[in-house]
Amino acid sequence: MSTVALDRLERAIGAVSAVPDPEIPVVSIADLGMVRAVRLAADGVIEVDLTPTYTGCPATERIGEEVGAAIEAAGFGTPRIRFLTSPAWTTDWITPEGRAALERYGIAPPPRRADPGTPVACPRCGGTDTEELSRFGSTPCKALWRCRTCREPFDRFKCL
Amino acid sequence: MTTIRVEETPHLAYVLRLADSALVLSHRLSEWCGHAPMLEEDLALTNIALDLLGQARLLYEHAATLEGKGRSGDDLAYLRDAPQFRNLLICELPRGDFAFTIVRQTFFSAFFHPFWQLARSSTDPTLAGIAEKAEKEVAYHLRHAGAWLVRLGDGTEESRRRTLEAVDALWPYTGEFFEVDEVGEAMIEAGIAPDPASLRPAFEDTLERLFAEADLPRPAPTWMQTGGLRGVHTEHLGHMLAVMQHLPRAYPGAVW
Repeated sequence: MSTVALDRLERAIGAVSAVPDPEIPVVSIADLGMVRAVRLAADGVIEVDLTPTYTGCPATERIGEEVGAAIEAAGFGTPRIRFLTSPAWTTDWITPEGRAALERYGIAPPPRRADPGTPVACPRCGGTDTEELSRFGSTPCKALWRCRTCREPFDRFKCL
Repeated sequence: MTTIRVEETPHLAYVLRLADSALVLSHRLSEWCGHAPMLEEDLALTNIALDLLGQARLLYEHAATLEGKGRSGDDLAYLRDAPQFRNLLICELPRGDFAFTIVRQTFFSAFFHPFWQLARSSTDPTLAGIAEKAEKEVAYHLRHAGAWLVRLGDGTEESRRRTLEAVDALWPYTGEFFEVDEVGEAMIEAGIAPDPASLRPAFEDTLERLFAEADLPRPAPTWMQTGGLRGVHTEHLGHMLAVMQHLPRAYPGAVW
């Protein structure tokens, strides 16, 4: 690939990666591990492969639109966007930066799947004396928890 | 004239069965929105509905591609009449009380969890991809419904009575999970679908465990009601579709 093409591709990757999640705008879709590939096709069109987090997540469609808009705003024209179901998205793909951003925002990040027994720390006070109130929360990706130390309820990213 | 009819190849018919079951059950669960016994459960049931709607959407889009007539997934969901629907009957029964909803979700998830696990190795790559996502979602639904089954079965006298009534009412619809007709045979033959007979041990094991924990007697073998896969439905589906399909039929092409 020529230097010019490489430069174009890098700018496209940057534009896609910066798109924030519509439901949790403190994390980008790259932080969430939703961006699977960005390619510069032979015909000069940018191709983006994304993976949905949950099949029914209403944000998925919006994310597709915003990625398209970001690529166009960066001067690349209309991209080809594909949503891939396989391999299925997992919370293990959330980056360390993404995890830290979620926690700062007040959402307890998910445990690694290999290590599901990790105590859930309250994102407000850091206490680990916490309990699940409901397996489901305000969006498909979250469950509702409560801290028994500071008594505050909080969202926790479900482990998937 | 907004009603469409689909010429079904076995492959298309099979994908429509999965799509219709997911959509119809999703709709029944969504009817709990604002009516669940508590807020957390309102969120839970509508979240499960949303997962099933997402699965239905992927399946309908796949079906539309297989049909190859330029129709959309929405066309298939909203423009077919009840006799063209291929869903399992258990999905279309009215939502009933909370115990009924939990028992139905337990039966459905106890079957579809191992189903999607095996469907991950389908020779149809789109279906295999959908299975990868659906398997994880249904595992979560099963944990939720199973935990409630235990609480209700081993709860108060009333919760136990209602749960037993729901089991009696719903068990005769579970035989349809395992029904294999010529469409099913062709799909198993082609490696597209898992053989439901191979799923029975996992289904039975899950129920064995949950019913024991809930202190409920296992339902006795009984006559099984089928028909949904070939479009012979209960009277409830037409009423449900009238509500569900009203908007796209009354306002063709309407968008948000």
